[in-house]
Amino acid sequence: MQPLWSQQAVLRAADIISTVEFNHSGDLLATGDKGGRVVIFQREQENKSRPHSRGEYNVYSTFQSHEPEFDYLKSLEIEEKINKIRWLPQQNAAHFLLSTNDKTIKLWKISERDKRAEGYNLKDEDGRLRDPFRITALRVPILKPMDLMVEASPRRIFANAHTYHINSISVNSDHETYLSADDLRINLWHLEITDRSFNIVDIKPANMEELTEVITAAEFHPHQCNVFVYSSSKGTVRLCDMRSSALCDRHSKFFEEPEDPSSRSFFSEIISSISDVKFSHSGRYMMTRDYLSVKVWDLNMESRPVETHQVHEYLRSKLCSLYENDCIFDKFECCWSGSDSAIMTGSYNNFFRMFDRNARRDVTLEASRENSKPRASLKPRKVCTGGKRKKDEISVDSLDFNKKILHTAWHPAENIIAVAATNNLYIFQDKVN
Amino acid sequence: MGTMFARGLKRKSPEDGEDMEGGLAGARATPSYSLQRQSLLDMSLVKLQLCHMLVEPNLCRSVLIANTVRQIQEEMSQDGTWRVVAPQAAGRAPLDRLVSTDILCRSVREQEGERPAPDVGDGHTADLVPGLAVVPSAQALRSPQSSLWEVDSSRENRGGFQKSLDQIFETLENKTSGSVEELFADVDSSYYDLDAVLTGMVGSTPSAHASGLQAFASAAAPPPSSSCRSDLGELDHAVEILVET
Repeated sequence: MQPLWSQQAVLRAADIISTVEFNHSGDLLATGDKGGRVVIFQREQENKSRPHSRGEYNVYSTFQSHEPEFDYLKSLEIEEKINKIRWLPQQNAAHFLLSTNDKTIKLWKISERDKRAEGYNLKDEDGRLRDPFRITALRVPILKPMDLMVEASPRRIFANAHTYHINSISVNSDHETYLSADDLRINLWHLEITDRSFNIVDIKPANMEELTEVITAAEFHPHQCNVFVYSSSKGTVRLCDMRSSALCDRHSKFFEEPEDPSSRSFFSEIISSISDVKFSHSGRYMMTRDYLSVKVWDLNMESRPVETHQVHEYLRSKLCSLYENDCIFDKFECCWSGSDSAIMTGSYNNFFRMFDRNARRDVTLEASRENSKPRASLKPRKVCTGGKRKKDEISVDSLDFNKKILHTAWHPAENIIAVAATNNLYIFQDKVN
Repeated sequence: MGTMFARGLKRKSPEDGEDMEGGLAGARATPSYSLQRQSLLDMSLVKLQLCHMLVEPNLCRSVLIANTVRQIQEEMSQDGTWRVVAPQAAGRAPLDRLVSTDILCRSVREQEGERPAPDVGDGHTADLVPGLAVVPSAQALRSPQSSLWEVDSSRENRGGFQKSLDQIFETLENKTSGSVEELFADVDSSYYDLDAVLTGMVGSTPSAHASGLQAFASAAAPPPSSSCRSDLGELDHAVEILVET
């Protein structure tokens, strides 16, 4: 059945949201913002006394992950903006996530405290030290319940390994290592070791003038811990196997779709630049996002994608204006649904697009406070490309290019999606299922 | 830009008659296409010049823009439409200086090495921060900027300026060292070196600032973006700092 999406919540953040990520169970949803803050939302458990609140996401924890820094050597600011958050698989009661800005990755532990010890021997209830000579008997402290407190503490700081701006982090399926990628290099880390990382990809040319291509995204394979992919600004994806050599400069597979000569223009390379690459949950496919489309690739076929979905083809005739106002460099992300049957990505005017791969249907929806009442289904949107504009359609020239949806996330198991529109986080869920 | 770019800028193909008049292969040389292409080139070069002073520029964006410039230059060279600048009065800094940041450094170094910079008031200021030398001479550069590359009718002068223009794209075609590093600052191997700054050496990041200042100083060409203007205030401030060091 086709899902009907309804707005469950809109949460206003203090700053522009720069990353959104569900954890592996979907119970927690983390957002990072331009101000270096991380806000984690938790899904409410089923509660008989408040049946409607099941499934609602409420703020669970907020903390300052990164602070602005100044690089004195280069006289440049290092932005505190959180570029990516990735959750570690949960191994005990605490939750762990990696958050990164342009230069430094941090491992955060988020833990709950709902008990407090009372009845210490050496100090009073209010914390004052007791005079040892006055203690005549010993007692065992008792744990008493207290109001839930969620604490976030930095456990590891992985710094000084990246000259260029970090664009991706990806936790390995071995749960022990992770990779971080910047414009020219990819490093492999062990989660326990902060003073060392291994460089596994280096595309920096000996002569910087020869630089024509940069790394745009990287990700580990979800099941094969020796395999990862990285995408480039030239629209290519390289799959590497870490078993083949220590420095994975030679790829095992090279994914590139031949260019369509009839649509060649000066902007061809820019719009072919891949802004995001994501493996499917199954590990059989991967998805790439370039400026105008989303492509699904079968890992066994390098010559061309198995699916190409147009996100906003109507922008093709506007590329020069989009180049002028820099929108052509916007980096849109993409994501898979839990079952890999659908994919989602953002667009302009607070539109986002969903493609049902099985039914071969797509829909354009809008994240907007004005246009959606809570629990009412979202109405599909349509962009009019020319000729007569029908009622409820919006013309290309009326699109607001400042309202861009770059970051979206899909719950790993259910039809719940999180969409970041500038300062606002929208959570939609499927009413029907 | 308006309707001229309504359909984007396409390479002319024989069948594509939609955008331009006529459907011939030679239509690439039509005035409207050339104008569009030139405009795109100018826009791209300005984008490369405008670096953020406080935060590192986005490397991916810079690479993509530089690649676009290279593509345009290749096509213009193939077309034979690559034109050179008419020689200006003696003492005027070459117009190619306005083109991109790396060229600014290159031109200044040439001035020091080959001839005393005539557009600098004092001989000795050329020994100090070269970037500053450019600042007062901004007026000299305010020549007709409607077209950076005008048709050169005199062939004798072609050689000298062709060389300068070649240098612009040499840097992008990686034949010479040091210039494009301004665009893709290799920060992990360079250290702050006051001497390097004062001698105008490229490759160290502080001189990236100096050359960035040059870019702003010499942006007498009408820039499409108005952010140039607001940066001139920063320019004054930064120039003060350099002078005091």
